[in-house]
Amino acid sequence: MVDFINALPGAVSQGLIWGILAAGVYITYKILDIADLTVDGSFCTGGAAFVVLFAGGANLWAALLAAALAGMAAGFATGILHTVCGIPAILAGILTQLGLYSVNMAIMGMKATVAINVTNPDVLDQLLVSLRFVQDVAKGARPLWRHPIFVVGLFTAAIIALLYWFFGRELGAALRATGANPNMARAQGINTDFCKVLGLMISNGLVALSGGLLVQYNSACEIQMGRGAIVIGLAAVIIGQVIFGKIFRNFALKLLSVVLGAILYYIVIQAVLAMGLNPNYLKLLSALVVAVFLSVPYWKGKYFSKPVKREGAKHA
Amino acid sequence: MLEIKGIYKTFNPGTVNEKRALNGLSLNLNDGDFVTVIGGNGAGKSTLLNAVAGVWPVDEGSILIDGANVARLAEHKRAKYIGRVFQDPMMGTAATMQIEENLALAARRGQRRGLKSGIAKAERERYREILKTLDLGLEDRLTSKVGLLSGGQRQALTLLMATLRKPKLLLLDEHTAALDPKTAAKVLDTTEKIVTRDSLTTLMITHNMKDAIAHGNRLIMMYDGRIVLDISGQEKKALTVEHLLEQFSRASGAEFASDRALLS
Repeated sequence: MVDFINALPGAVSQGLIWGILAAGVYITYKILDIADLTVDGSFCTGGAAFVVLFAGGANLWAALLAAALAGMAAGFATGILHTVCGIPAILAGILTQLGLYSVNMAIMGMKATVAINVTNPDVLDQLLVSLRFVQDVAKGARPLWRHPIFVVGLFTAAIIALLYWFFGRELGAALRATGANPNMARAQGINTDFCKVLGLMISNGLVALSGGLLVQYNSACEIQMGRGAIVIGLAAVIIGQVIFGKIFRNFALKLLSVVLGAILYYIVIQAVLAMGLNPNYLKLLSALVVAVFLSVPYWKGKYFSKPVKREGAKHA
Repeated sequence: MLEIKGIYKTFNPGTVNEKRALNGLSLNLNDGDFVTVIGGNGAGKSTLLNAVAGVWPVDEGSILIDGANVARLAEHKRAKYIGRVFQDPMMGTAATMQIEENLALAARRGQRRGLKSGIAKAERERYREILKTLDLGLEDRLTSKVGLLSGGQRQALTLLMATLRKPKLLLLDEHTAALDPKTAAKVLDTTEKIVTRDSLTTLMITHNMKDAIAHGNRLIMMYDGRIVLDISGQEKKALTVEHLLEQFSRASGAEFASDRALLS
């Protein structure tokens, strides 16, 4: 129990970082109605691009920006495969994800792991977030505002604000219409193919950004880091929706609920680890969690459906 | 205004399911023509509208709107000229978006969509006024999700959306067929009002012969991917259902085969 409580700040920090990935997954899965599996590859692409540039002496923000751009390029590839080549979205994502494995290896100079030298205090101080900061703040060696929860929290707030702004624009509304009803969107002159590509780019840009942050947090990028990322992203989206869906109606709050979903997910993971579960079972656990949360709404609809109250039916 | 010259469309060519849906069809619409389209099952009515709207490209022939050939233009580009209402009430609106958001999307039909606000404040007042004309109480529910509306309300809203920016051509694909008779009559009434008010060039498919006769200034009947009857002016005003059926069998050499058309 003490272990668990001690591990909580770390779990929340990780959850917040994954929350940015989950916000990206929300855009494709919920807004565009596409299950985009590119995520498993582009997450590592972001991490790889960041770690290589940063280790090569680039400015941290420039490296993060490059990570996001690399993710957008991955999303662009999936988008083109889907819209121009007519490949079903799921398959297009799988193809990009597979190809990205080689690309990620190439970015990392054909090494499966590239580390950031955090034993050098100068390098460590430059980082935005790090697991070490969690410990340092707890020991009082670093100011409270350097805590990852605070830093990533701010980051997340800025991203939610930006997304909220964008999806209220003409272009953002066109994106939402594309996901809600492509027939209607085209009839209203919306280029649905363009919107899908753009949505996939934004989504994977966020995913890669999240990868760039996680690499800092773990002070290393590892070629397998993206494996199952889409499942964790979906878990966050679904947990957030199931728990906060009834109270959070506003779009910004929905994005917040996704981030909270990611945090809850990591707290649960931390709890089962504290109970002594072999970490190798985590992937199975993740898959089960998502399967259960995905089936709940389905079973509910099938066996416990309440009559739908139709507002204003009297006018019909 | 609309000039269709010899269009052909075959679905599933080279398979056992091959179906020649449009068979060298030609049609000219004048500015302000309100044309009702009738025909039996599989006559090619919806195919004709989809060909004009650009849901898929035609195999042959040209489609001119105001002199510009749109036959090779993508669906979303043709939307600049065309307002559409579909048979399925679910198809013309985005259920998960608000009424005002749907209207705002329609208000930008054929325009570049950039980073300007999705809905300007001044728009809301205009939408409220326009929704009032429907007399469905929707003007007080601007921020309700469209998914909460009934089929009739959604069709009425789709009609508003299709005509919010005056289209050069309005395509109505049996837009009252999925509604109960009372609602259908109301939506049809609204259609008539809007088409007359804006003198819109309109193609309206209907399965109801009485409606086809009662509305519009011109009636065309389709059979086997072609137009077999084209009646306008005084002759149309004098039409009766019996007369129409008789003319149809003379023109096509077949019985009028539409379960729905005969029952209604």
